[in-house]
Amino acid sequence: MSILFAFLLLQAAPDAPPYALPGEAKVDPYGVDPRNAGATPFPGDGMAKAFHGRDGIRRVVDSMVKAAYADPVIGEIFTGHDEVRLKRTLFEQFCFILNAGCAYSGRDMAAAHKDLGVRPADMNRLVELLQRAMTAETIDFQAQNRFLSKLAPMRHDVLQK
Amino acid sequence: MAFLRSTLLAAAALASLSPQAAFAKPLRYGGKLLLTNGIGSLEGSSGGGLTPWAVIAGNETQEGIGVSAHGTIVELKDYDYRSAGIAVGWRDRIELSYAHQAFDTNRIGLALGLGRDYTFSQDVIGAKLRLAGDIVYDSLPAIAVGAQYKKNNNSAVVRALGAKHDAGVDVYASVSRLFLSRSILLSATARLTKANQLGLLGFGGDRREDYSLQFEGSAAWQLSRRLAIGGEFRSKPDNLGIAREDDWVDAFAAYAINRHVTATLAYADLGSVATVKGQRGLLVQLQTAF
Repeated sequence: MSILFAFLLLQAAPDAPPYALPGEAKVDPYGVDPRNAGATPFPGDGMAKAFHGRDGIRRVVDSMVKAAYADPVIGEIFTGHDEVRLKRTLFEQFCFILNAGCAYSGRDMAAAHKDLGVRPADMNRLVELLQRAMTAETIDFQAQNRFLSKLAPMRHDVLQK
Repeated sequence: MAFLRSTLLAAAALASLSPQAAFAKPLRYGGKLLLTNGIGSLEGSSGGGLTPWAVIAGNETQEGIGVSAHGTIVELKDYDYRSAGIAVGWRDRIELSYAHQAFDTNRIGLALGLGRDYTFSQDVIGAKLRLAGDIVYDSLPAIAVGAQYKKNNNSAVVRALGAKHDAGVDVYASVSRLFLSRSILLSATARLTKANQLGLLGFGGDRREDYSLQFEGSAAWQLSRRLAIGGEFRSKPDNLGIAREDDWVDAFAAYAINRHVTATLAYADLGSVATVKGQRGLLVQLQTAF
């Protein structure tokens, strides 16, 4: 769906990439680039299958984001941030990295986390929420860790400088 | 066991003290991923069971002060080993640890002319500094250096066995990394030591008095968020003429019962210990960490 949206929007206004889709808060312009995803996709379709395709990835993202907003430890980092856009861009990012056939249209990791004040303990908490969501989706633990190995190097850009 | 209980109590008391007000930068609690703080090694430094890792004790990140306490029992063919210890981890950077070790010779004590249930004991004070890297994140693996000061409490007996000293300092460097893409943790340690059987049989001997370089390693496979299985190796000096000393190996399973309690079960082969060969047996450890 997001590819379709992106395509339609690009058709409508080729000079203005879809920084924000309908239903999302306004976002300052930025350069759309697959490298913004912060990791290269896995080869083959093994990881996409392990995550039960795009439907599974969407369930994981939705459940993790829901838990993050409600979390007593890190919830306040998310309060006031566009949940609709976060779910969409995170889905695109996960789907892109898992090679499940998506393009990532969001900002790079440093820009996306700027001034959020994320501390190492916050990042570990989010990893735990992601692990719970992946376990609820019955994703094999080894595949969970393989996915986390793509996210772990992003910590430098995610943490508060 | 009274010692074990008092250590655990001390840990609980320490954990309940709020260091919040004492520092300019605010502290907070918790934050490490399960199992990534390791367990209490025999000498009290956090790591695997037999060897330290380049991790800092407790569950805290760079924003907190963590504490862990552990009790370990090893039931060997002819001997019993007990140790208990406590460690404090400051901002995931510096670790200070203390462990008390007791090695009961059971019936072998009689054969050695020391008396039944003669028990060697030792106190170990450790310090560890994580120099760089991280066990999970960042481009560098966790890299740490440490020292362990050991004071044997059976000076006359260990000297009679041929040991040159009743106290010694080990220094070591460790590199540890959890390779998420394979769910495998690898850790390697190089240690300079004079200790005979950790120091329970003193330091240096008739065969060798000087420091020797020893290698230690752990490999673990993470099966779930809570469970890891693996094996360890620890090479040992062989300084005493009358009591040959062998390298150690074990196979272990560590389970995080919850965020604060980790149980470890291992089968260890310690080879020849205090003149008696084939010392194998079960290692059981409980650790609590905050």
